[in-house]
Amino acid sequence: MSSFWSAWIIVLTLATLVVLIWLLRWNMKNYTHIEEGQEMDHEFDGIVELNNPLPKWWTYLFWACFVWGFLYLALYPGLGNFNGLLDWKSSNQDIRSLEESRQAMKEAHEKGMIVEYDRAIRSAEEKYGPIFEAFAQQPVNELAKNEDALDVGQRLFLQNCAQCHGSNAMGGQGFPNLTDNDWLYGGEPDDIKTTLLQGRQGNMPAFSGQFSDKQITELANYVASLSGRKRDADLVQAGKANFAVCSACHGQDGKGNQQLGAPNLTDNVWLYGGSINKIEETLKHGRNGVMPAWKNILGEDKIHVISAYVYSLSNEE
Amino acid sequence: MSQTIPKQPIEYNMKVVRQFTVMTIIWGIVGMALGVLIAAQLVWPELNFNTPWLTYSRLRPLHTNAVIFAFGTSALFATSYYVVQKTCQVSLFSNKLATFTFWGWQAVIVAAVITLPMGLNSTKEYAELEWPIDILIAVVWIAYSIVFFGTLAIRKTSHIYVANWFFGAFIVVIAMLHIVNSFAIPVSFTKSYSIYSGATDAMVQWWYGHNAVGFLLTAGFLGMMYYFVPKQAERPVYSYRLSVVHFWALISLYIWAGPHHLHYTALPDWTQSVGMVMSVILFVPSWGGMINGIMTLSGAWHKLRTDPILRFLIVSLSFYGMSTFEGPMMAIKSVNALSHYTDWTVGHVHSGALGWVAMITIGSMYYLVPRLFNQKEIHSIKLVNIHFWLHTIGVVFYIVSMWISGVMQGLMWRATNSDGTLTYSFVESVQASYPFWTGRFIGGVFIVIGMLIMAYNCYQTIRAGRRETAAGNVVQTA
Repeated sequence: MSSFWSAWIIVLTLATLVVLIWLLRWNMKNYTHIEEGQEMDHEFDGIVELNNPLPKWWTYLFWACFVWGFLYLALYPGLGNFNGLLDWKSSNQDIRSLEESRQAMKEAHEKGMIVEYDRAIRSAEEKYGPIFEAFAQQPVNELAKNEDALDVGQRLFLQNCAQCHGSNAMGGQGFPNLTDNDWLYGGEPDDIKTTLLQGRQGNMPAFSGQFSDKQITELANYVASLSGRKRDADLVQAGKANFAVCSACHGQDGKGNQQLGAPNLTDNVWLYGGSINKIEETLKHGRNGVMPAWKNILGEDKIHVISAYVYSLSNEE
Repeated sequence: MSQTIPKQPIEYNMKVVRQFTVMTIIWGIVGMALGVLIAAQLVWPELNFNTPWLTYSRLRPLHTNAVIFAFGTSALFATSYYVVQKTCQVSLFSNKLATFTFWGWQAVIVAAVITLPMGLNSTKEYAELEWPIDILIAVVWIAYSIVFFGTLAIRKTSHIYVANWFFGAFIVVIAMLHIVNSFAIPVSFTKSYSIYSGATDAMVQWWYGHNAVGFLLTAGFLGMMYYFVPKQAERPVYSYRLSVVHFWALISLYIWAGPHHLHYTALPDWTQSVGMVMSVILFVPSWGGMINGIMTLSGAWHKLRTDPILRFLIVSLSFYGMSTFEGPMMAIKSVNALSHYTDWTVGHVHSGALGWVAMITIGSMYYLVPRLFNQKEIHSIKLVNIHFWLHTIGVVFYIVSMWISGVMQGLMWRATNSDGTLTYSFVESVQASYPFWTGRFIGGVFIVIGMLIMAYNCYQTIRAGRRETAAGNVVQTA
């Protein structure tokens, strides 16, 4: 903020308080020519006003608030660019990247400034970091048998993952069910952890340009038949002829490819719905699945614990 | 008490006051009934009947607009037009403009009733109406200012009564807030975007938002209080000098208070601090108004036992004192860290809106209706008393429910386990809130039943008045 605006704020803030103090002092004296407790010399529609003094306790309250106000503005940022005597900040403002944030945290720490957010982060890391470090020493599949770790993992899951995958981890349309041991990108401990750390981008291309509506319907019927569902034999046969295009990702047998995140089409598990309508929609318009990367948000150790929790959902003893 | 009796009876414009008075009661019922419906929807979501325009998201802004701008502001129009004429001993400056303000304001409300359920919404809280309606509001408000200040200018009294200071401040500041906050670039007839962006937009919005509370719902209703409390109590106002200090301190502090809605956000630290300091000091002048109102009862306390209208007025001041103590406390950052985004805020707003605003209005309406419609008193004092108890019980039920659920939500959200993870997920706090949301719904039902009783009581009074007028009897009113 420029020094002009800083001065503007300081003058306006202090002037307001000073004028109010003057107002209070002025009215504590009887400046009217009416004796205290008597009626003022004007009346309105039968209403008169008494010239009673201000209640004493109320004026004390006013003074106390003024004193507190000045004290607060002296200690904390408030008066324009003046940082306050405590050199306190809620957070490093004007930060635009993680690197900038880390740099600012370091500087503030070296200069001994009180940056509340930084302090909260640091004290949380000091207090809770060792707990997660200890968990991270154990492999995911071992950790999945540790009740304490699973409790922690479940809480982290509820706060960070449940928004998409649901409180019971059973997902919803477009969000995979994590309890059915059916995996897009693999269900081994390392696969799960990689998914969490780096995120995933699932891309089913749109085929409305390549196939006619009729061909899409045929394909949809063939795909549905792969899961053993009874469909019209002619449509299935016609659809099969065009499946070669799909097999590039989903494989000739339609069993999918975890390297690409291409779903298995033969197990009657449908991420975007299994009705003919929904399958047609998927074929026509394509789908984009996004699992965000959590590495920079939660850090590796916490992800390790969440991985154990997710792993345990499909691998219960 | 001495009373200057004008040589010739003044031809006051009571028609516009009658119109606004009747609409106050009607809009009060509509706005509060909508509140009860959306309170029920929170407990039983199927009550939106799978109809987009009956969903919570569209009816909630309609509820707030209906109670603030339809009920509250109609009441302010009615009482300010009444009080300014009576205390200036002169008729309104312009009857034509006054008529325009009535029909113009009703048009604004009808437009809100149509557009908000359609989902047309500028997305600014308490300023949801789209730009064509905003322009109509500005035009009506300028006409209102001309009528009000014009009447003050041609007054027959030497001084300006304190009630009119408050009404005047409310009218000027609301014009300024509405115009500045509503600046927007229209992209179509029904959609516009605010000209401000980011933290600036948020700050302008809450500068508007909190002063809609400070000037419309506080200063305006203090104007109402300064006329109807001494009138109904038949006692002099306690302290002239107290009214001077608390008026100037109140209006100069309120305008700074907006940032307390944005604690712990991207708003710069200095803005948050200044907003908090001013909000806390504001507590003292707010109580100045309460003291001046309640102490006006000195020597007339016994009237509370027999006069439920006075009881409405005085209990409203108690709620005013309570919520203006609570507000500054909630503006302190460390308290706000617990209360913000919880039902506590909702409870605070309603102890102000249902306790203070609605009760001072209801009391004033019970005073006004018989006087406006040629009757000595209200049809049934007994029904006023029943209304008083229904309303008071309803408000207490409402606030206490919200206090409990608010504090509970705040505590649940911040509870952590020994490993630093949060103890509760968000849905768990929602689930825990259900009993209290049911409590709020019950409180709301009490209040709406009270309002329906009031409507019946006023209808009977008006009907009796019409009969007397038709028979040619003029009942002498105070």
